[in-house]
Amino acid sequence: MKVAGLEYRGVSSIDGPLVFIDNIRDIAYDELVEITTPTGDVRLGQVLDVTASAAVVQVFGGTVGLSQEKTKARFLGSALKIPVSKDMLGRVFDGLGRPKDGLPEPLTADRRDVNGMPVNPYSREYPRDFIQTGISSIDLMNTLVRGQKLPIFSGNGLPHNRMAAQIARQAKLLSEEVEFSIVFAAMGVKYDVARFFIDSFERSGVLHNVAMFLSLADDPSAERLVTPRSALTLAEYLAFDLGMHVLVIITDMSNYCEALREIATARGEIPSRKGYPGYLYSDLASMYERAGRLRGGAGSITQMPILTMPSDDISHPIPDLTGYITEGQIVLERDMHQRGIYPPVAGLPSLSRLMKDGIGKGRTRDDHPRVASQLFAAYSKVKDIRSLASVIGEEELSPVDKLYLKFGAEFENKVVSQGEFEDRPIQRTLEIGWEVLKILPRSELLRVSEEELAKYYDEAVTIKSKK
Amino acid sequence: MNEGIITRVNGPIVEARNMERAGMLEVVEVGTEHLIGEVIRVRRGGLATIQVYENTSGLKPGETVYCTGRQLSVKLGPGLLGTIYDGIQRPLDRIAELSGAMIRRGEKTEPLDMSKKWHFVPTVNPGDELKPGVVYGEIQETDSIKLKLIVPPSQKPTRVKTIVPEGDYAGEETLLVAENNDTLGFYQYWPVRKPRPVIARKQLTTPLLTGLRVIDAFFPIAKGGAAAIPGGFGTGKTMTQQALAKWSDADIIVYIGCGERGNEMTEVLREFPELVDPRSGRSLMERTILIANTSNMPVAAREVSIYTGITLAEYYRDMGYHVAIMADSTSRWAEALRELSGRLEEMPADEGFPAYLPTRLASFYERAGFVETMSGDSGSVSVIGAVSPPGGDFSEPVTQHTSRFIRCFWALDRALANARHYPAISWHDSYSEYLIEIAGWWGQQDAEWKAHRDLLMEVLQEEVGLQRIAKLIGPDALPDHQRLTLLVADIIKNAFLQQNSFDEIDMYCSPGKQTWMLRLLATFTERSQNLIRKGAMLADINAITALPRLLRMKSEIPNDDKTAMANLEQQISSALDAIESNLR
Repeated sequence: MKVAGLEYRGVSSIDGPLVFIDNIRDIAYDELVEITTPTGDVRLGQVLDVTASAAVVQVFGGTVGLSQEKTKARFLGSALKIPVSKDMLGRVFDGLGRPKDGLPEPLTADRRDVNGMPVNPYSREYPRDFIQTGISSIDLMNTLVRGQKLPIFSGNGLPHNRMAAQIARQAKLLSEEVEFSIVFAAMGVKYDVARFFIDSFERSGVLHNVAMFLSLADDPSAERLVTPRSALTLAEYLAFDLGMHVLVIITDMSNYCEALREIATARGEIPSRKGYPGYLYSDLASMYERAGRLRGGAGSITQMPILTMPSDDISHPIPDLTGYITEGQIVLERDMHQRGIYPPVAGLPSLSRLMKDGIGKGRTRDDHPRVASQLFAAYSKVKDIRSLASVIGEEELSPVDKLYLKFGAEFENKVVSQGEFEDRPIQRTLEIGWEVLKILPRSELLRVSEEELAKYYDEAVTIKSKK
Repeated sequence: MNEGIITRVNGPIVEARNMERAGMLEVVEVGTEHLIGEVIRVRRGGLATIQVYENTSGLKPGETVYCTGRQLSVKLGPGLLGTIYDGIQRPLDRIAELSGAMIRRGEKTEPLDMSKKWHFVPTVNPGDELKPGVVYGEIQETDSIKLKLIVPPSQKPTRVKTIVPEGDYAGEETLLVAENNDTLGFYQYWPVRKPRPVIARKQLTTPLLTGLRVIDAFFPIAKGGAAAIPGGFGTGKTMTQQALAKWSDADIIVYIGCGERGNEMTEVLREFPELVDPRSGRSLMERTILIANTSNMPVAAREVSIYTGITLAEYYRDMGYHVAIMADSTSRWAEALRELSGRLEEMPADEGFPAYLPTRLASFYERAGFVETMSGDSGSVSVIGAVSPPGGDFSEPVTQHTSRFIRCFWALDRALANARHYPAISWHDSYSEYLIEIAGWWGQQDAEWKAHRDLLMEVLQEEVGLQRIAKLIGPDALPDHQRLTLLVADIIKNAFLQQNSFDEIDMYCSPGKQTWMLRLLATFTERSQNLIRKGAMLADINAITALPRLLRMKSEIPNDDKTAMANLEQQISSALDAIESNLR
């Protein structure tokens, strides 16, 4: 056994968020370190690389004010752990799980390693419970299911926060009365953004059911690397130990990745794309994969990370690697936003991979999968026709193509567009879907079956004529 | 046993001293928890670099490294089928029993259930010759797969001294004693990085039927071939891989989830036992082996997982089976190489990937092949690797190097995926070099198969050019015969290329139905082209009332419904006849 708390005085060099300490012994990889600054502040750090006599430590609290001589380091003998307890709901913490709301530490002896352990794929339960978010563009076209990880790909200035808050407010299951508990992690966002979420949760009366982990824009960058992990550690406890249903909202992953790049560069690692470290994929996966359900367990973790795409570029490494790990993506489109459409969910690049098993017979409605597929197919044609119209002029289009243009406009105005506080049931959403499909001639609708056409298309026409 | 001492820990890379006697690629157990690792570099002064297949958090310099004296190997024998393993062949179901839903590191279990009894039928007698390739016994592993016990390649030629009689045996029991006192049982080990030997490699002439029309008809893969599926995220790589795993006519499927999502493996585990193999009528899981190294599992084990998978595939190939191996995704594997290489501080080549990336890719894809096995059977391993190019840009190193070592390239297209046209295999960028070699096989099903296929392909390619013009001047400004091309291409896309993997009928398309559909579409194309040339209007063809039925034939006519097929054929042909008679 090592003597916990053996303190070393002095460090050999300091570089960005990293501190190099020599002449140490018996230190473990990933171990937690308490750094005391010359003025007596205590900051936490973590061992990133260790040899028999030296260690590289990443300091979460930043290295400002540290000096070679007067800095003290104490190795705590274990990896970073945070307390976990049900009482943490309704509270605000910093990225390392320390109270930020002026209240005492949560009363619990249960402390968990923030890195968690990989879930055995054999022990997972395949997620397939439809979550009704009340937002048509999600429910109908990119369905969210319980236990899914579905990010929002956004850009600066787009209403991703309002949308996330709306989802947090409205998300519910059709089959059972269960409330979602919310774990919220903010990395490098501005105070007003955090405030917006707090207010929004307060207004809808769920604040007592929300745990917040905040590492704001003025907090040290290294702390951002731990913040989502702390949040997910609590979420795992709530979901897998207590059987609760947890919705985790993480914003903004782009800031997290910037912090990761900063540390990697300071360590002198070989960069891969755009200067991000080669392990960005594995690193992101170690968080995103902490979602889902366990076989035989009651609880679930549904993850909704938000990331702002640098200059709206979806092929940038951050959205790109995220899209490879998560089960789909909700992409927000600037053009639609400028035209005043809320939520500006891009029709084509958005996708939910788990949708196919969460919808249809016995879950939403029989025709749902085919209606969604038909809308996608038709809307993709709209895009083609719009670009054609911009060249030859709308007048020159064939009659069918003109109908497609009308369909496109109606689709955006009726299906996609809705109020920020409008909670649309899935049945209503499907009705609207058919309503806009009926703009198109029957012969264009190949993705839906004959029976469905008879049942909904022909019927939809009569409903319309009654009005 | 040799022991060393850890001197440095940097993520999955550990350095140790006192390792003078450790060999390259030898398996070692690291630290007090005995984490599994592999020696990947040996340096002057007894220093060795080890890549550890498990999380190294908490590992300290000064702890011990235990050498095992063997290379990283898999255990081969009955009981592999239907199992899910991690990258180093630890059965995940057993791990779940031992450590619960989360994978605890340092867990060690037997890859195969040693307590299970298998019914052994000897196939040699005392005094018979015993040399590599000789089958000394058989086991009915599942209802459709008979496992052959084959004398391993390392065996020195000798004769059988004794062999146990037919009966039930388990675990490490000795089944056969040779005259030189060597013993053989159910199980053998094989190092994963070494290809298993064969007598000869053969030409590839039989298609691996996949039931996916766009592949079988336009970009076919041969049994023993190698194919790549590159595509950006959301274009359906995994969906295509899973469809191939479900419906391709291989005897055994090895499915490697390499750095991908946990839920995808769960989906396979949940879905496959319920699906029925259209050929054997048995559950699909019975012919499947899963290797899972999901994206949150240790990165070093990702590097080795595809070797583990292909070694298991070769084991069954050696018994004369046709094995198909799906690796999803080889890009994650390449990234694992890059990550480890970075930690080793090696000089990077393209985009940070190590310079030996192409060599490693080649050595993997080259293990595909149609072979004459050591026992004289014919067996094959077909490799289908998914590639995930960053930003969907095919000019990146993994896609580029991969395309040098495969002969079948199924490029997934973002625009198709966005329109939910699945499988989103682009008919413009994809190719198959196996087409000529296996056209003979299809020719036996339908002598004009190649001609039909070529005609439809020509229409599709012509349409790409016409679309470009249509985008400038509008399709209505084109002459009728060109607009016919657009119409026919549209029909081919909707009626033939697009396939709904959730539709009961459409999910699998039999070769018989495929040749029929090709013939019908080709005849329709040819005849309507002729009619237009003779002066018919495009509107006449557009007005054929059976057209919607033609478009829905994929999902409305079952694979073996000859009457419905003849019926539709009749309707189309009489409609065309009618137009023709009006012309006169």
